[in-house]
Amino acid sequence: MPPDNNPIGIVSGLLADYAHCIDSDELERWPDFFTEQARYRITTTFNHERGLPVGIIDAKNRNMLEDRVAALRKANIYEPQRYRHIISVVRITGESGGLVQAEAGFIVVRTMIDGRQELFVSGRYLDSIDLSGERAVFTEKLVVLDSDKIDTLLAIPL
Amino acid sequence: MAGGQPGPPCGERGMTDMKDIWLDDGLTQVPFAVYDDQDIYARERERLFQGPTWNILGLECEVPEPSDYKTTYLGDIPVVLVRGKDGVLKAFENRCAHRGALLCLERFGNAKAFTCVYHAWSYNHDGELIGVAFQNGIQGEGGMGEGFRREDHGLRQVKIAVLAGLVFGSFDEAVPPLEDYLGPDIVARIHRVLPRPPKILGYFTQTLRNNWKLYAENVRDPYHASILHLFFTTFRVNRLSQKGGIIVSENGGHHVSYSMLDPGTADDSDYDAAKLRADSEFGLKEPRLLDGRDEFNDGITLQILSVFPNLVLQQVRNSLVVRQIVPQGVDQADVVWTTYGFDDDDEELMDLRLMQSNFVGPAGYISMEDGAVGNFIQRALPGTKGETSVVMMGGEDVASMASRATETSIRGFWKAYRNLMAI
Repeated sequence: MPPDNNPIGIVSGLLADYAHCIDSDELERWPDFFTEQARYRITTTFNHERGLPVGIIDAKNRNMLEDRVAALRKANIYEPQRYRHIISVVRITGESGGLVQAEAGFIVVRTMIDGRQELFVSGRYLDSIDLSGERAVFTEKLVVLDSDKIDTLLAIPL
Repeated sequence: MAGGQPGPPCGERGMTDMKDIWLDDGLTQVPFAVYDDQDIYARERERLFQGPTWNILGLECEVPEPSDYKTTYLGDIPVVLVRGKDGVLKAFENRCAHRGALLCLERFGNAKAFTCVYHAWSYNHDGELIGVAFQNGIQGEGGMGEGFRREDHGLRQVKIAVLAGLVFGSFDEAVPPLEDYLGPDIVARIHRVLPRPPKILGYFTQTLRNNWKLYAENVRDPYHASILHLFFTTFRVNRLSQKGGIIVSENGGHHVSYSMLDPGTADDSDYDAAKLRADSEFGLKEPRLLDGRDEFNDGITLQILSVFPNLVLQQVRNSLVVRQIVPQGVDQADVVWTTYGFDDDDEELMDLRLMQSNFVGPAGYISMEDGAVGNFIQRALPGTKGETSVVMMGGEDVASMASRATETSIRGFWKAYRNLMAI
């Protein structure tokens, strides 16, 4: 099978581009990874397992992702910081009608401007991805964090 | 990580030294030492958290059935809240009376009895010791001495009081009744956002790299809200020029800050004059974020309520949250966010609550900064020996007022604090 038809390969490439976009502070491009009606939500394993609906971030469409970036650039106050995503090998968990469901584990190391550097979060992406178009895009991205605790603040998306 | 670790050993500070920490009897000069002094932290544990105060432990609906339990903290002391077989809520210290190990390790559960993993001492829902492994030895050998009586080794009890579904605990038998402790204004404002039994919508915890009191002050500080939180002001979710006010309780420790969205009458000339960042061109692509419903039928769109020492009860539009402050050593604290709604919420209201959760918590548009600003103070403490902060906005005393350009409720916090701490 040629690599461009292999969903694992396509999703891996998408996640690599996604992580690069955030980690290199190109957040203006971040909403482009999603369809117009995509849902993006950050929650915790504790809430997820119990079906508790509240999100740490809960965007119901791409406009809300663009608002998030605009707020980070223009409104919110936070110390300069960078992320480094390390994403695991991808597991395809479902496939139908041009959509694939995929799961990947990740860790994010956060580096502050003064050099402080810590493991910020670990978790998994539960993604639904549209492969039917010219390029793969998320129709849903659920970010499930392993821990309930967020150190200080979560400004930049995961 | 420095937070949560015991500090360097230092001698018990005498009463005289403690008194010297404060420059005067007033409330406008807060010594910076209160944020990083190990002796003060130890004294808070004794006099505030184990003193005559009511501390939030959780919500009644978190332990709905008999034998349901929840582990939490009173100050930084681990406790278990349990619903007895008789349906009555009880709480006790989460520490086995034998060797002092944590008794309960799960966050939530259901248990007929609590048995320590170390030596299988077990306790009933009243915290009474009901079983000791090998109490009579093995084959007649060993076992507990004759002087040992199980009834002498129960778990330390926490007194419980419930108001509007909120569960408060106190280690002090002499604590005043909860409603007297709160006063009628605070009681009414708690009922306002908890008019019927709540339903939990989810949890998260924010770790603050600062002393717990910096957060307690932050929530009592309406002065900063429209300055630090640009998102707030730009979308008129809260501006100081909106109609609203501050209520401070008689003892100073509790407060309510509230405002009504009323852009028609807001006079923004003071913002223009102060050249604050409130007039940016920032617009939202998804304006539904700012929708809201007047669910309590009084026009109040924001209510921040605090109960001394560790509860914050928050309404930001339709986002309702119980926040519990848990000290984690002198320079770190956790804020446990428990988001709630009600069983009879229709789909639209539930949608508003979830949408507006984007305002609050560690990633909240209008509260992420609160997670960082206390740490900005904590990191600047090294040069503050003998220095004090300035808490003079809105005068020097503690009083309820219509203006929210005030630090009156911060002074109220220190009034209650100094009384209880006797410093």
